[in-house]
Amino acid sequence: MLNYNFNWSVIWRNWDKFVDALLLGLGMAVVSLLIGTLIGLLVAYARGAGPRWLRWPAFVYVEFIRNVPLLLLVFFVYFGLPELGIYGLDKVQSFVLTLSLYAGAYMAEVFRAGLASIPRGYAEAARAIGLRPLQRQRYVILPVMFRITLPSITNNLVSLFKDTSLAAAIAVPELTFTARQVNANTFRVMESWLTATALYLFTAYAIAIVLRLVEKRYAVIR
Amino acid sequence: MALLEARNVQKHFGSVEVLKSIDLDVEQGQVVALIGASGSGKTTFLRCINLLEQYDAGSIALDGEVVGFTSDGRRRPLSERRVSAQRARIGMVFQQFNLFPHMTAEQNVMLGLTKVQGKAKDEAATIARHWLDRVGLSERRDHYPYQLSGGQQQRVAIARAVAMSPRLMLFDEATSALDPELVAEVLAVIQDLAKSGMTMLLVSHEMLFVRDVASKVVFMDGGRIAQAGPPEEVFHHPENERLKTFLGRFHGMFGQPV
Repeated sequence: MLNYNFNWSVIWRNWDKFVDALLLGLGMAVVSLLIGTLIGLLVAYARGAGPRWLRWPAFVYVEFIRNVPLLLLVFFVYFGLPELGIYGLDKVQSFVLTLSLYAGAYMAEVFRAGLASIPRGYAEAARAIGLRPLQRQRYVILPVMFRITLPSITNNLVSLFKDTSLAAAIAVPELTFTARQVNANTFRVMESWLTATALYLFTAYAIAIVLRLVEKRYAVIR
Repeated sequence: MALLEARNVQKHFGSVEVLKSIDLDVEQGQVVALIGASGSGKTTFLRCINLLEQYDAGSIALDGEVVGFTSDGRRRPLSERRVSAQRARIGMVFQQFNLFPHMTAEQNVMLGLTKVQGKAKDEAATIARHWLDRVGLSERRDHYPYQLSGGQQQRVAIARAVAMSPRLMLFDEATSALDPELVAEVLAVIQDLAKSGMTMLLVSHEMLFVRDVASKVVFMDGGRIAQAGPPEEVFHHPENERLKTFLGRFHGMFGQPV
């Protein structure tokens, strides 16, 4: 370390690459969170209120995803799907699909707990004013559930953003992959990895701060 | 025909018979109070009326229409859609207020008006403001439930229910969860509604209030109606032994109970 001479010019020369990589990672995390939220909702309802034949597959899905390493799932989808005759997904799409399925399992658990924690009285009040079942979900249960689970959703977004680094394993040009490339091309080891580290750290922290503000805005249940 | 007609209503939870056979008429404009020890079935009966609980036998009819079941004698449950429409004609106020926590006072009152009754936003807002004003909360209409005291929340809940112009209002121990100093403001609102001719059925432990506001008092015991009549009769000339014991707890409140 003491004998290491920093040369940051390689970073500035590759700055555009780093920025693109960061945005790609963020984009993959956000899209996965959105798809994962949708999956999570469906699965949470299937497990909580669905017919018996749906509960079992929902349970298997959640436990399978949660008990298998994400990197393995990434390889499974990227290398496995074509073997099963499913082509047409590029690297980014393949990774987003994986991360969405992964997020979906975790969100399902978050939502299941959220739904279970809603006091029964809210649903009863909604019934008492004559709202129909779907209206009760749409106007009362879901909005309350989202507000209760917002902190968990926030944490999930930060985790997913960091997990996008695993896409480097299938050569998606996100931050970790880019740092490795710059490192390989320039032999500037510390500069490359410190830059990636700083960008992850800064972005993840910024996401958390922004979403804390959103949480505060919507924290109407105290 | 009475506004509400309950005939031989029965309900059990598992092996516990909570309602053994309830017969009760509530006339238009009448204020009927249900009193009795906890576990006597008052709340369960109230919840059967707007089908928060499904009763097992007998019938409850509002304006001659059986609530929750077909009236062709085969007693099949109605669809959720039909039941929801029936519930919209009955207002209910809960012990725990149950305001929607993510909505302001005004939005709480407006939800049923717009989504159930299909009113336009403007019209619903006008109605909501009228009722929030009537319960003394026009200054608080943009407040969220967590920003309101228990008494204020309960008044919003009352506004939310009456804004729907229900045929009948149900009050389920509306003041039991309130701090003592907040009880009076809620009782005043209920009394105001009673005077305006709203038909009400209320479960309450506020005996003095019941005596003042009710036109008929129903004492329930063990899932049955043990005695019913005008307040003077029930409170001052109780015949039923259990009623005497029950009223004994409020000894002194009504002069000499027997």
